[in-house]
Amino acid sequence: MRIGLFIPCYIDAFFPEVGIATLELLERFGHQVVYPRDQTCCGQPMANSGFNADCAATEALFVRNFSGFDYVVAPSGSCVHHVRDNFDAIEQTPEVKEVRSRTYELVEFLHDIQKVEAFPWARFPHRVGLHNSCGTLRRLKHATPSELHEPFYSKPVDLLSKVEGLQFVTPARPDECCGFGGTFSVFEEVVSTKMGYDKVSDHFRAGAEYIVSADSSCLMHQQGCAERIGVPIKFIHIAQILNGASA
Amino acid sequence: MSTQDPMLHPELLSPAPNEGIMRDGRRLDHAEAASKPLRSRPEPQPRGAKVHGNRPIDQAEAAARFIAAPEHEKMHDERLWDLRQKRDREMHDMEEWEELRALASGIKEHTLTHLDEYLEQFEANAVANGVHVHWAKDATDHNRIVHGILADHGAKSLIKSKSMLTEECGFRPYMASVGIEVIETDLGERIQQLDNEDPSHVVVPAVHKLRTDVAEVFSRTIGTDPANSDVHYLAEAQREATRPLILAADAGMTGCNFAVAETGGVTVCTNEGNADLSANVPKLHIASIGIEKVIPRLEHLAVFVRLLSRSALGSPITQYTSHFRAPRQGGEMHFVLVDNGRSERLGLEEFWTSLKCIRCGACMNTCPVYRRSGGLSYGATYSGPIGLIIDPTFNARKYSNLPFASTLNGSCSNVCPVKINIHEQIYAWRRALVERHETPLAKRAAMKAAGELLSRPAAYRAAIAAADIALAHLPRFVIYNGLNAWGRHREVPHPPKQTFHSWYEANRGEKP
Repeated sequence: MRIGLFIPCYIDAFFPEVGIATLELLERFGHQVVYPRDQTCCGQPMANSGFNADCAATEALFVRNFSGFDYVVAPSGSCVHHVRDNFDAIEQTPEVKEVRSRTYELVEFLHDIQKVEAFPWARFPHRVGLHNSCGTLRRLKHATPSELHEPFYSKPVDLLSKVEGLQFVTPARPDECCGFGGTFSVFEEVVSTKMGYDKVSDHFRAGAEYIVSADSSCLMHQQGCAERIGVPIKFIHIAQILNGASA
Repeated sequence: MSTQDPMLHPELLSPAPNEGIMRDGRRLDHAEAASKPLRSRPEPQPRGAKVHGNRPIDQAEAAARFIAAPEHEKMHDERLWDLRQKRDREMHDMEEWEELRALASGIKEHTLTHLDEYLEQFEANAVANGVHVHWAKDATDHNRIVHGILADHGAKSLIKSKSMLTEECGFRPYMASVGIEVIETDLGERIQQLDNEDPSHVVVPAVHKLRTDVAEVFSRTIGTDPANSDVHYLAEAQREATRPLILAADAGMTGCNFAVAETGGVTVCTNEGNADLSANVPKLHIASIGIEKVIPRLEHLAVFVRLLSRSALGSPITQYTSHFRAPRQGGEMHFVLVDNGRSERLGLEEFWTSLKCIRCGACMNTCPVYRRSGGLSYGATYSGPIGLIIDPTFNARKYSNLPFASTLNGSCSNVCPVKINIHEQIYAWRRALVERHETPLAKRAAMKAAGELLSRPAAYRAAIAAADIALAHLPRFVIYNGLNAWGRHREVPHPPKQTFHSWYEANRGEKP
């Protein structure tokens, strides 16, 4: 398959290793992965703040970059949520609808489309706490949220369970938001960081060496919080573990 | 790595954070009783948002002061999280939970789309039962009508049970201005009345107070020992102080949880039996009813009663579910049906389903922002997620910041027993407020600049290249105008050697 690789702005700038792991992982499954050079962002920061008109040009650029691929894959749940569920600042032409419906978050792609059976190259002998970002949990439906009376399932747990040596730990409030929330993290920074302190402390008390997530934005916030209050915990994106990172 | 942040609560890293508050070997469970101070050093109760007329409420500022009071914040967060967990346990005990939510939502949507018919049916049946029915267009109308009824009876004192509608109407200040004494009979609401503070939660109005705060209020107002914060002592002292006022009151008032159209009766759910006292002790009973409280038939009540207390407090049912249908012999019963903006809200395409709300407070209990901010930080009658989507309908300018006091995590919508899409309405309110220009200029300018930068690849690359050089700081293009805000309580990300983009150019440079 020909896949358009969408690397959101903050991953490009701060977590290139997440982009590299995503690219290599998709290539391991034999896909032709293309990184359109003119990509920037999906428009979510403006849209989430209510400024929908201000993201029209960014959304149009996104469509120009990602038209014509079999799938568009991104290692970021919240960006994919925006593209799929809220991307309406521009006219909804057949081309726009096509791009929106073909855009997948990495875990979904591996679990639902690729239906991966094994990651023979992956080994991660560590205790990890899984952080389902709110976008992946409640919008992309990666897993059953604890608020609903529904049979349990979890796509990231399914995938990580195929990694040799990996052990899960369970925090007391597994689904609690970590407080990132996009621009909320700066406009309500005190509440945001308090939520982050509580989140990383909860994982630490549960015995986690690593917090793993499909969203680097949550991890960037949590890492900043953990370092500030001195919680000795490490952070890693799920793409890195599935691609065989050992630490 | 920097030193311990002074904001960090010392118990944050304790091995057993959720052990709760124990007493005589048992966990204290009552919503308004289970708060003991964690340290001996007294911590003053943080107060709510600063209100300056019509100016936008600064929720973030008030929330920061709440968090700066770690004993209060920790107690509040754990207390409400405990309610959420109890709710989850009740939910798991009911196989038909999701079906019941869908049913409740459907009944409310049906009723709201036939509201005129059901209200008229309710009125006709109530009148046939011998109840006087009044229609109030707004808060002022409500207060005037109630005052008129009281004046007709020469009533000088009124006992009442908890009602968010009367809070919405500014009822107590109005009654004070016309010289009628109002006595709240709900314990939490009475605490708030004595402290001259608004309720901070729709179900547990004093949940933001430690029991030492209550001891302080009671010592000041009803003469208890300021050093004694034993919850039984405080509750008993309040009972002793209030009971004579209840027995001597000229009139009683209740709110209404459900108004049943086919019977013309109202149902009030309490845990203290105080609605029964308010309705049954004096001869005159007035019930204030928001027009969205009507449901078609008695059988529908079963659906809502099963959901209400499970969602609110995680208990199967409230201690008292009281039904009032007709005045007792020699007495009088009045229903005041209040609109106060509801008809207008019903006409808002994106927001009308907020009228389905049954005021259980589950969205507040689950909201990670609310639990850490305290209800008074919202500076409005309704706080937490439901407040974010209702308050702007009362005053879009004053409450223009509230829809931004959310991470859009969506937990509120999942716990809502009537399936209001709360987080989607929060998102929609942000758009609506931007369209009405009810957002700060600086934010508008920043978002416009961000939109322009992110839609021009060359300019964007240049910005990143500049950022690559000076990555010790978080570049503006990610956080826009928030450079300082990010780093105030949090470390900035570590700059990598190169961006993904430049890695790709170097390693997969050939054009696709």
